[in-house]
Amino acid sequence: MRLPRSLLIGGFLSLLFLGGAALSLFWTPYDIEILSISSRLQTPSAMHWLGTDQLGRDMLSMVMMGTRTSIAVALLAVGIGMGLGVPLGLLAAARRGSLLDEVIMRGNDLIFAFPSLVIAILITAVFGAGAMNAIIAIGIFNVPVFARLTRGSALSFWSRDFILAARVSGKSASRISVEHILPNIANLMIVQGTIQFSLGILAEAALSYIGLGAQPPIASWGRMLADAQTLASIAPHVALVPGMAIVLMVLGLNLMGDGLRDLLDPRIRVTRT
Amino acid sequence: MKYLTNLLLAGSASLFASVAMAQNTNLRVAMQLEPPNLDPTAGAAQAIDSVVYSNIFEGLTRFMSDGSVVPGLAKSWEISGDGLSYTFHLQSGVTFHDGTTMDAEDVKFSLDRARAEDSTNAQKALFSSIAEVSVVDPLTVQITLNAPNGSLLFNLAWGDAVIVAPESIETAATKPIGTGAFMFSNWVQGDRIDIVRNPTYWGTPATLDSASFRFISDPTAAFAAVMAEDVDVFVGFPAPENLPQFEADPRFQVLVGNTEGETILAMNNALPPFDNVLVRQAVAHAIDRQAIIDGAMYGIGTPIGTHFAPHNPDYVDLTALSAYDPEKSRALLAEAGLPDGFTTTLKLPPPSYARRGGEIIAAQLRAVGITAEIENQEWAQWLENTFKGHDFGMTIVSHTEPMDIGIYANPKYYFQYDNPALQALMTTLTSTTDPAARSALLAQAQTMIAEDYVNGYLFELAVPTVARAGINGLWLNQPTAAIDLTAVSWP
Repeated sequence: MRLPRSLLIGGFLSLLFLGGAALSLFWTPYDIEILSISSRLQTPSAMHWLGTDQLGRDMLSMVMMGTRTSIAVALLAVGIGMGLGVPLGLLAAARRGSLLDEVIMRGNDLIFAFPSLVIAILITAVFGAGAMNAIIAIGIFNVPVFARLTRGSALSFWSRDFILAARVSGKSASRISVEHILPNIANLMIVQGTIQFSLGILAEAALSYIGLGAQPPIASWGRMLADAQTLASIAPHVALVPGMAIVLMVLGLNLMGDGLRDLLDPRIRVTRT
Repeated sequence: MKYLTNLLLAGSASLFASVAMAQNTNLRVAMQLEPPNLDPTAGAAQAIDSVVYSNIFEGLTRFMSDGSVVPGLAKSWEISGDGLSYTFHLQSGVTFHDGTTMDAEDVKFSLDRARAEDSTNAQKALFSSIAEVSVVDPLTVQITLNAPNGSLLFNLAWGDAVIVAPESIETAATKPIGTGAFMFSNWVQGDRIDIVRNPTYWGTPATLDSASFRFISDPTAAFAAVMAEDVDVFVGFPAPENLPQFEADPRFQVLVGNTEGETILAMNNALPPFDNVLVRQAVAHAIDRQAIIDGAMYGIGTPIGTHFAPHNPDYVDLTALSAYDPEKSRALLAEAGLPDGFTTTLKLPPPSYARRGGEIIAAQLRAVGITAEIENQEWAQWLENTFKGHDFGMTIVSHTEPMDIGIYANPKYYFQYDNPALQALMTTLTSTTDPAARSALLAQAQTMIAEDYVNGYLFELAVPTVARAGINGLWLNQPTAAIDLTAVSWP
């Protein structure tokens, strides 16, 4: 079976950034905590592959450290969303039609009804700017996405014969949810996870662009972009580098999500072969 | 046909001429912040003075761009031998914009109102030495002091000491009525303030017919507005990195002037470990001023070693006391019992000198083991929590009031420096009128706070003004916050 091309391209881009972030845990070309004002705003060269920024820091090292921040924030935020949303969705599906189902789902609708970024701004403005509050803010808005998807897809399984067999054998609703339903909807969750992950990266960049994300000295793509704004006409690479990093990473994740869906969704696979 | 072409040409020529004429008598001035109101005698915001100082309101004396104090509404004065009584002779024929006459009664009203018990004047200390203001005749006012005050004429030049009329002061916040060369015309909140020439001005009338002030705080928007010629003058241009581009462009001129803004890394002297002078000294030696000036201000700004303006003749260069020396800084920390450094907060208000400077300072402090956790704050938050609430370890701010070394004598001021010796020195200074003795006392005070390392002294803020080429008469320096348009003209 051939892998979808979008998966190959998306996977390559994603792995490139993941590898850069992993490498930055041990090594970056330069230490970004050491400023060198005299060598600022250099264009890309053999010494600095992506040039230097307004404080003389190596842009490649900044992008690597920024990738780490983006991935950490987005991963934890998706983790919060999945960790709360999937159990809530499973519970609602298991108790479908009950008052509990109503409460869970209407609560999720309530969160879903707010423009997510505006509420994320509100949360970080009230509780203070910082990476942790950005994670919580983005995480909260991932909860209804996963809760709705889980409930919807779980419901379609509750009417299937093998679930009926499990019920007849005396398994409790929660055991059925975990042992039979969860494995069947896991592939959907993975696909949705990659999509939410790329949205999380965009949200982190947006929050830090307006100064509500990770604070200096932690590198962050959004803040790099904001700092570069007035320099765009003098040293365009300072704005282009973080901008391209965001574009390529999000593009890569979206392509990978598409590819994974093609690969994991049995119906599409049938039509292909 | 030829006749028609001629007519068209003539028509278009006169059209262009009238456009050019209209443009040459109006000036569009941009600044960063919009004033909250327009009464300089009741508000502390600098933006109020920027709009109204000298344009709309005038005082007995006034500042010139070079910082000198010259006669304003008072054309001359005599000082009694004991230095306790000042007799001011007012300009004759001065009227307020509403047509009422400005006389000695208005001066008495303005000064009494500013120094009254329930006064909301932001700089009440300016008037604290005044014992009595009395009207001798309609054009003569006598001010009696309770102790000699060498800086009375300087104090009266402040925007907070302008002369207002009892008839119009109630509405001055939204409709200021003064004696200046321009009259207030219109305020579209959030957009602009318009002023027009005062046709009955007592002094040299303004060249401009009208002017409007616009408010652009975002550096990128500021750059775009100037480049697109949407504004003619930008005072206090927020992005120094863009200045070389304007300098290279024949359409613009760039003026970089002095301000009274001592930009400091303030330390909370009442909060451990900053209550230890060794720790404060360690912080001072960890800071590389030139790197901050280059990195945050793109080279504009003068290094300072104490809380005093370098262009003032009484300035003492004490930068060597806190020279950049990370080795010494680490040794001082060890001596203070903190060999591994410590963790503190660094609260940053919005201006770029603070936000960018803070990032550089945090990196420099990290090099000696001090972890400064950066927290960006909006102005309202900064004023409430940091300035009033004293909830900070360190902060960066520019003190733009002229001659404000006196704040070190106030132990309740936000950095909470409590030194009785300096407080006594300041009291002596206020009652000293002999210029040589004053210089000596000021030098002593500057040295005292520098040797006590009260704060990290960074640089004197420079104010860049970007203007269309050919515009004359703009202030180069900012001895007080003011955009004085009375002498401004197009080529």
